[in-house]
Amino acid sequence: MDITKNTVKHVSHLARIDLCDKELDKLAVQLKSILDFIDKLKELDVKDVNAASHILPLNNVFREDTLSESLPLEETLKNAPQKNDKFFGVPKVIE
Amino acid sequence: MEIYKLTSHELSVKLNEKAFTHTDVVAAIESRIKSIDPKVKAYVRFNGFAGQNELPAGIPVSIKDNICTKGVLTECCSKILQGFNPPYNATVIDKLSGAGFMALPVKTNMDEFAFGSSTENSCFGRTNNPWDTDCVPGGSSGGSAAAVAADEAIMALGSDTGGSIRQPASFCGVVGMKPTYGRVSRYGLIAFASSLDQIGPITKDTRDSAILLNAISGYDPLDSTSVNAEVPDYTKSLTGDIKGIKVGIPKEYFVSGIDPEIKNIIEEAVNKLRAIGAANKEVSLPHTEYAVPVYYIIATAEASSNLARFDGVQYGWRSNGPEGLIDLYKRTREEGFGEEAKRRIILGTFALSHGYYDAYYLRALKVRTLIKNDFDNVFKEFDCIVTPTSPTAAFKAGEKTTDPLKMYLSDIFTISANLAGIPAISIPCGFTKAGLPVGLQILAKPFDEGLLLRIAHAYEQNTPWHKMRPEI
Repeated sequence: MDITKNTVKHVSHLARIDLCDKELDKLAVQLKSILDFIDKLKELDVKDVNAASHILPLNNVFREDTLSESLPLEETLKNAPQKNDKFFGVPKVIE
Repeated sequence: MEIYKLTSHELSVKLNEKAFTHTDVVAAIESRIKSIDPKVKAYVRFNGFAGQNELPAGIPVSIKDNICTKGVLTECCSKILQGFNPPYNATVIDKLSGAGFMALPVKTNMDEFAFGSSTENSCFGRTNNPWDTDCVPGGSSGGSAAAVAADEAIMALGSDTGGSIRQPASFCGVVGMKPTYGRVSRYGLIAFASSLDQIGPITKDTRDSAILLNAISGYDPLDSTSVNAEVPDYTKSLTGDIKGIKVGIPKEYFVSGIDPEIKNIIEEAVNKLRAIGAANKEVSLPHTEYAVPVYYIIATAEASSNLARFDGVQYGWRSNGPEGLIDLYKRTREEGFGEEAKRRIILGTFALSHGYYDAYYLRALKVRTLIKNDFDNVFKEFDCIVTPTSPTAAFKAGEKTTDPLKMYLSDIFTISANLAGIPAISIPCGFTKAGLPVGLQILAKPFDEGLLLRIAHAYEQNTPWHKMRPEI
């Protein structure tokens, strides 16, 4: 697998991490070696194998649509780095 | 008699006899931590148990830093969760208090977000192995395992995604169990890989493992993947009798990079199991060599998605002075995550990204089916599978930190149980010439924890290993 610095840069944008130049270089090398190892999976013929998206024989799990207790608002907000009144505070999104 | 050296079942007897009180137990653990932990560093943010007279009565259990305890900082040993004070308890914490236990108001060290096999990736620095402080305790539940081994904890909870309970239990000479996926509620466990994570006990012996598993198991409506099945009393499995138990020894576990000294110790342990009534035969788990590559796609893909929530908005670290919302996310995550966390998020995001999903993620899910089928086939004929827990004993700190792949391979024998969702236990089975503990891993069918404990207990009754404690 060919992993370039640009690939890592693109992925780091998808992952919303502002990696510095040094990190991009290092990760390109490390990811290449990890993916080369993972490429071992290509030896296997998996055409007719089902994907194990879940290991238990569980299908959709539903609950009754009833009201139940929730955390009080002040508890929910107590860990917020910034809050405005009853809301989480974030930088302005719309001008 | 030193109180801190006792197991929970020994403590229960003494407490019933009124030999001492619950407050004495907490005080004994507190003073033990004060005197020993500067050498071991099993706990994080330890500052004494202020107001311990107000602590609820119960046998104290030490809790890994990724399991939420209401009002007690829980940071996953990551800067990005700095200051996080959970507004609720994980289900296991409530279950503990309902069963006569008490979660200590301090947390044990771990690799950041459980990403690691050595507890070196913690923002608080590494934990030292009590048997040799130059060595790692294993990971990611290295703090919990080291605390139990050094008698700084009566018992502890860890979490296991690819071996994070069993491998440190093996490296520290204690008992560690990963229950069947769905046996224990994951509600309040800060998620790493949701299809693999399980909480489980780390204890001084198998009886305590059964006792702690009794306390934490069971269906929880707050975790839709917890299984609604009856929980047996696991202490009833400790019969001492394993006559006729069929043990499979997978040949694939005795080739790839296993230390010859470990191999000999495991073979002796198998002989011991045979001597006390088990019948063993070589079996094959043909897809073993694919477990690590499958794991590092599935686990990182799930982690990249689970860790998207750490963005500086709801809790934890937030970058100062960002230029807009996206920049807030990007800078917060750049500053808050450690090196291994970033590596895994990037790898996982890559595996799920456009153009690579089929080649990596989907393929890994398919090979996961093949690995599960391997186990299903063996369990048609055998009751359990016995392997080494790890290919080596504890390694030196710093030995594997520069090469992530080398570190990943130290989980080679533990990862398959998570991929297959089956229960597995690691118990002490000897020591290397250098004096480091070695762990024996036993694996069984889903929900056969009772059988695992029965075999582990019978072995323990006939060997001295679980009684050994490090000089520290």
